[in-house]
Amino acid sequence: MGARRILIFGGIALIAAGMFFGDIFAVFILHQNGGKTGEMLLTAAQAVANRNPASVKDAFGHIGNLLEDRGTKIDTHVHMTDAGYLCLLVALLQPYVALSRERKRLMAAMLVLGGVFLPIGIFLIHYLGLAFSPFPVIGWASVLADSAGAVMIFAILGQAWGLWKHARSVRSGPVEPELPLENSWCRRALLTGGTVLILLGFLFGAWYSAMHLYEHEAREIRILNTILDVAQSADASSPTSLAVNDYGMLQAEKALMIAAHSHVIEFGLLAILLSFIQPYVFLSDEWKARCVKLFLVGSILLPVFVLLELRMGLVAGGIADAGGLLVIVGMIGMLVGVLRYSGKLDAEAGVSQ
Amino acid sequence: MSAAGKLLIFGGVGLAALGMIYGLHYAVFAEHQRLDHMGGSLATAFVEAANRNPEGTRSAIEDYRRQKFAYVREVDVHSHWVGLAMLAIALGVVFDASGFAPRTRFWLAVALLVGALIFPLGVLLQNVQPGSLAPSAMAVSGVLLVTIALAGVAFGFARK
Repeated sequence: MGARRILIFGGIALIAAGMFFGDIFAVFILHQNGGKTGEMLLTAAQAVANRNPASVKDAFGHIGNLLEDRGTKIDTHVHMTDAGYLCLLVALLQPYVALSRERKRLMAAMLVLGGVFLPIGIFLIHYLGLAFSPFPVIGWASVLADSAGAVMIFAILGQAWGLWKHARSVRSGPVEPELPLENSWCRRALLTGGTVLILLGFLFGAWYSAMHLYEHEAREIRILNTILDVAQSADASSPTSLAVNDYGMLQAEKALMIAAHSHVIEFGLLAILLSFIQPYVFLSDEWKARCVKLFLVGSILLPVFVLLELRMGLVAGGIADAGGLLVIVGMIGMLVGVLRYSGKLDAEAGVSQ
Repeated sequence: MSAAGKLLIFGGVGLAALGMIYGLHYAVFAEHQRLDHMGGSLATAFVEAANRNPEGTRSAIEDYRRQKFAYVREVDVHSHWVGLAMLAIALGVVFDASGFAPRTRFWLAVALLVGALIFPLGVLLQNVQPGSLAPSAMAVSGVLLVTIALAGVAFGFARK
């Protein structure tokens, strides 16, 4: 298997795994975590009412722990999918990387393995903490994540070195041919669909920042002031819980709008990247088209219904998760195609053994 | 590869380098301090409220507001620069497949790159000059340029 196939296969696998993890996180962890954080904020407000600063600090300690739990899982999801994007992007550059076949394969394997172990390390940070660590503030999970990140940086620097050599017209071995610019329906659908998705995400982001960003920031401060004012008044219990509930709803509103914005843009970028690798997907035209349709339909469903969760609640959340599943299924279909690919393009250039 | 494609790829690599250098600098020298400060000021607001110190509470909440305002924009700048750079590189590889004349493609590439540079820069400058119109105008101009360029690219791919 040549470097480009390693990167394409590893990239798609990383993105599919990252998205599957994101789906699991959204269904089983996200809402529960938000609920617990709200409970802790209410506990802190009650501690304010009871004039108990020690309990306030204790509650904020728990909130920090819950935020770390949530944050490391979001980071796992983001880093795994982004490492996949990076692999696909580097796969495109392989014809212009002037390194020997073995070095290119080594760099590709390092990039993919780094992309696997970096998110695993991030995921473990919350659970391992500082257990058995010889360092005062860095745990073994962070060491794993940082080492994997360093391996990825090394691999990227290797690619840059290869690009530099290519720019100076140095040849170090067989070079992959540029990917054929086929004008198939799948390629055009992915290119056009991807660009439109990015455009929609961009317009939504502009609308969000113009209409909601400042309002959300002002509302957060207003709600926090209300929580603290009510907690300090004589009759605190019920109105405080209402304000804490408002705070939770605001956080959910912000998170859903940002998730819709980022996901539609990421799917758009992914669609463009996937359009390049269609020659490597060894499936019939009919099955390739099915995979592309599943991918694009899921790419629209997920962000739209993430946004509608604000109005429709869990039903919309379920449809959004189903959209994510469609994207994953479409990608796994393409992954199967890459696995079935016979190596024709690589063999022509003598880069596969 | 056409001049527009090369411009997008090299401009994208430059933008990615800028975004990553900014991100690395931010992660090493500013992010943890900012997060500690932000979390600390919110906890302080509650502790001061428990101590029935309204002045301390107000001051800590105001501090929290300022920190959060800056944090949101700092993170946005990093993610948007790198994200737009990846988009520029990816589009650069396939830009010749869009159904426009080379001159049109070149100006679309220029619009995309200039927009991708000044939109996050405007957002970052909001931290330097909070409340000033100039940084927001710069960010909005960047958004408009990127939007127009993307709409043009999508149209070009669709009609090819």
